[in-house]
This record gives sequence, C-alpha cells and structure tokens, in this order.
Amino acid sequence: MSTLAMQRRRATAGRVWTQFRSSRQGMIGLGVLLLFVLMALAAPLLADARELSPVFARAQGNPQWASPGEFSPLGTDHIRRSVWAQFVWGSRVSIFVGLAATVLTIAIGSVVGIVSGFVGGRVDAVLMRLTEWFLVIPFLPLAIVLASVLGRNVWNIIFVIGITSWPSTARLIRAQVLTVKQRLFVDRARSLGASGGHIVSHHILPNVMGLILANATLAVPISILTETTLSFLGLGDPSAASWGKTLEEAFVNGAMTRNAWWYFLPAGLGILAVVLAFTLIGRTLEEIANPRLSRGR
Amino acid sequence: MLVFNFFLFRVVQTDPIGSLFRGRNVPAETLDNLRASFGLDQSIGTQFVFYLRETAQLNLGISYQSRQPVWDEIVSAIPPTLALVGVAAILSAVIGTAAGIVAAWRRNTWKDHSITSGTMIFYSMPDFWLGMILLVGFAVVLGWFPVGGIVTAGSTETGIERLLDQLYHMFLPALTLTLAYLGEYTLVTRSSLLDVMGEDYLTVARAKGLRDVRVRNRHAVPNALLPVVTLTAINFGFVLSGAIAVEAVFSWPGLGKATADAIRGPDLPMLQGLFLLFSAAVIVFNLIADLTYSWLDPRVEGA
Repeated sequence: MSTLAMQRRRATAGRVWTQFRSSRQGMIGLGVLLLFVLMALAAPLLADARELSPVFARAQGNPQWASPGEFSPLGTDHIRRSVWAQFVWGSRVSIFVGLAATVLTIAIGSVVGIVSGFVGGRVDAVLMRLTEWFLVIPFLPLAIVLASVLGRNVWNIIFVIGITSWPSTARLIRAQVLTVKQRLFVDRARSLGASGGHIVSHHILPNVMGLILANATLAVPISILTETTLSFLGLGDPSAASWGKTLEEAFVNGAMTRNAWWYFLPAGLGILAVVLAFTLIGRTLEEIANPRLSRGR
Repeated sequence: MLVFNFFLFRVVQTDPIGSLFRGRNVPAETLDNLRASFGLDQSIGTQFVFYLRETAQLNLGISYQSRQPVWDEIVSAIPPTLALVGVAAILSAVIGTAAGIVAAWRRNTWKDHSITSGTMIFYSMPDFWLGMILLVGFAVVLGWFPVGGIVTAGSTETGIERLLDQLYHMFLPALTLTLAYLGEYTLVTRSSLLDVMGEDYLTVARAKGLRDVRVRNRHAVPNALLPVVTLTAINFGFVLSGAIAVEAVFSWPGLGKATADAIRGPDLPMLQGLFLLFSAAVIVFNLIADLTYSWLDPRVEGA
C-alpha cells in the first residue's frame, strides 16, 4: 500500500519535472538560481570573510573608494572593504532570509488555510476574520514598526516578514481545500471510518501540495524584496550584512554623489537576478499545477 | 485598530527615552523629566485612556526628534506624498493597462514578449535601487535633474515658477515609482484580458463583421478592466505608504521620508501616528474599491 503510494508520488514528480524541463522560462530561472545558491554555499572559497572587516581591510592597505579598475574585482567602499567580498557574503544572508521567511509564511498560511477550510464553521469564521484584518493592515509599515520595536537581528526580520505576509497564502489554500473537500474520495475515506487527521494528511494535503509549492516559490521574491527594503531603511542586522544592508551603507555614505556605481550596482543586480529567477520558476510551477493558466502564456 | 496600534508600540519597547539617548551622556534626572513630559511615567492603563482621548482630538503626541506635534508634522508631509504618489499611480495605471492590453491582444508576438519580460524585470528590482540608478545616471552624471528635495535650495520663486520647479524635482522620483508600479497593472490586465478573449460574445462581435480595434475597445476591454479597477483602488490605499524608501532616496519631504527618519530615531510617537494614517488610508480605499466594483459590475451587488 505504502509502496504503491510512493510509486505514484515518484511518477507525479517525474511528470512535473518533464513538464518543467520543457519550459524555457522555468529552466532559465532554475539555472540562475543554482548559480547564486552555489555562490552562497561556496562563499568561503570565493572571498575571505576577513575582507568584511574594516580593520582587516586597512591592515591590508586597501585603497578607499577604489573603482574596479584600481582594485580587482569590484573595487572598495568608504572604509576600504572589498565590494566583491560583501557581494559574495551578502548573497548568503539575502537568500537565507528570503527562504526562511518564506518557510514561515507558508507554514502559517497553510495551517490557517487547511484548518479553516477543513474544519469550517465558527473556526473558519474566526480565522478568516483574522486573515482579513492582517490583509488590511499596510504590510510594509507594519513590518517596519515590528522590526523597529523588536530590534535589528536576522531572526527578527524573518519573524516580521513571516508574520506579515501569510494572509494571501491562507486564503488561496483555504479555497483549494474547500474544493478538494467536496471530492468523492474524501467522502469515501470518511465513510470507511478515516479520522480527520488521516483525511488531511493522506487526501487533502497531497492535493494542495502543488499549490503550496508554487505559492511558496512566488512568495520568496516578496520576502527577499521586503528584507532588502527593511535593511535599506536601517533595520537590518549589523552583524550579518545582506545585499540590502550593502545598499543602505552605499546610500548613507554618499556612494551616489561620488558616482561609486561599483558599490551599489552588484548588490541590486544580485537581488534582481535571484528575485527574477524565483518568479520564473514560480510561474512555471503554477502553470503545471493549474493548466488553465498556461493558455496563451 | 487603535488598541493594536497602542499596545504594539508600548508593550514591546520599554524605554524609548533611554534608547533615544543611548550612548550619550545624559544625566538621569533629565531623562526622568523627559519621560514625565511624554507621559511615560504613568501606568499602561492610564497611558491607554489618555491615548484614546487624545487620538480622538487628533492629538497624536509630540515627536521625540523635532519636538513638534506629530499631527502637524504628518499634515505637512501629506501634500508632497499625495502629489508624487498620485502622479505615479495614475501614470502607472494608465500606461500599465495599455501595455497589458497590447500584450494580451498580440499574445506570443515579440511585442508581448518584450512587454512581459520588461515589466517583470522592473517588478523584480527593489524600487529604491532603481531610484538610486536613475538618480546617479540623470542627476549626478548627466546633471539633467536635481539630486533631491522638492524645491531648489534658497529659491524665493512663487506662483507658476515655484510649481514648475517642484515638477522638475518630482520628475525622477515619479518616474521611479511609475516604473516600479507598472508591472502589476500590465500583468493583471494581460491575464484578465486573456480570460475574456475566449468568451463567446467576442466571436459574435467578430461574426457581425466588426473591425478588430472595435471588438477590442468596445467588447473585450471593458469587461477585462474590472480587476484592474479594484487593483487601482486598493493600490491607492497602499501608495501613501508605498514610497517610503524611494522618498528617502530622493529626499522628498513626504510621509515616506518622515517614516524613514522616524525609524532612525526611533521616534515612536511619529511612527505610531504614521502607522495610524497608513492603516486608515488602506481601509478607506478598500471601501472605495468595493463600492466602485459593485457600481461597475451589477452582478456583485449585495455580495
């Protein structure tokens, strides 16, 4: 029985992969993403972490505000640090925060959506009222307020993004659960005496998994962009500099009036590339999970 | 909403005055006097009752940083934001919808591909980063536009000339926001129009021998625009708060820059007042969105 289910699941995964491979935008997104994930993982090989310290940079005799021509490969900033080292190590923080915040968003959204859709009744009403309330609160200001009262720390940023961006996921998943619940196999399982927990884990969950996955991929860009904005506004973790933090430091220390493009261009391009990659992958997954969408796209 | 707003700021931050002067050598009795003058020495309950009463009278407290009433500070920051964001919202809605219509009507052509990928690229970058690039390119390197602010420093112009000067300063931030908002409108219009395009009444319209442009403008587009209208209204609620980082980049003296400055303090009464205003804006525009929707689409009446 369970081997049969495993086989079926493996077959589904294979089918999704075949469909995914035939999509050009999906493969481009996946390629770009792999490149950046490799860079983040290989950060210690690509740049010395000590390069991030202004003390070390000074001891090395790095010049200040050096352009890429004067200091390879990407120049230096106002306190002599290598921009390349900041770019490489910043990718770790940005991608990690983006993924972790998304996991939290999707976890809260899925639990609320599934419970609300499956249990129904008064629980549903209360949860949906809460969801609507969170939808109405302006998202970025709430994140700013929470981040500034909680303090500047990576985990707080993750928490803030997760707690402010789950409502749309919850609504989407609730709608899907409501349609799956009407299907015949759920009634059949219930009449055979299956418990609520069994129905959710064996019948509901597998059928909303595709949607959850596509939604998660599309939520990563929002998480990464929110982290970037929060960091840019001075709410980032000073001890774990993300790409957004680099942009903030470049802005605050006058990289723009100096035309020090090498300081703020790489971090922004990195964000653009990763966000675009996730968007392309997410759209492809969404088309596979919901073939009605792919018409004409 | 009010309750949430109050406790969010009080419970978590225990000693705003202490953190305001953190790292600076300030005598303890000065701090105590300051706490008393902001009412921070009272119990939470007393503070809350006080807060409700004062908010009803539009008294949002005194800004820690400027020592001016928060309400006055906020009111003076509303017009610049409204002008900047209003212009950007209207431009992006109009251009974005038009681009979305073209992309859907000519789907899978080079026009569609370039519009879709172009808007997705603008959509994927941090809006303030786009602003930084435009600022460096057009203001610092080329020198065509001012680097920030709302009027030329020290200018004494009045009337039309002052207005022109303000528009000149507004160009780059407005361009940034327009490009940043464009993508959403284009993608929503495009998918909504693609949905409509399969409908029978379009086939009927074509069978009647109507020209392609007429079929598009009189039959397809009006029906596809409903979600766009809702999006526009909802976005207007969020635009007040949407330009925070962009305003900071261009030193545009609006609500966004006020927020960015308040974060650096942190200036809690100011942040609290701004948050209240942003929430109120979203609620009001959501209501407007609902009303326009049922006016435009009689099918949803009473829903």
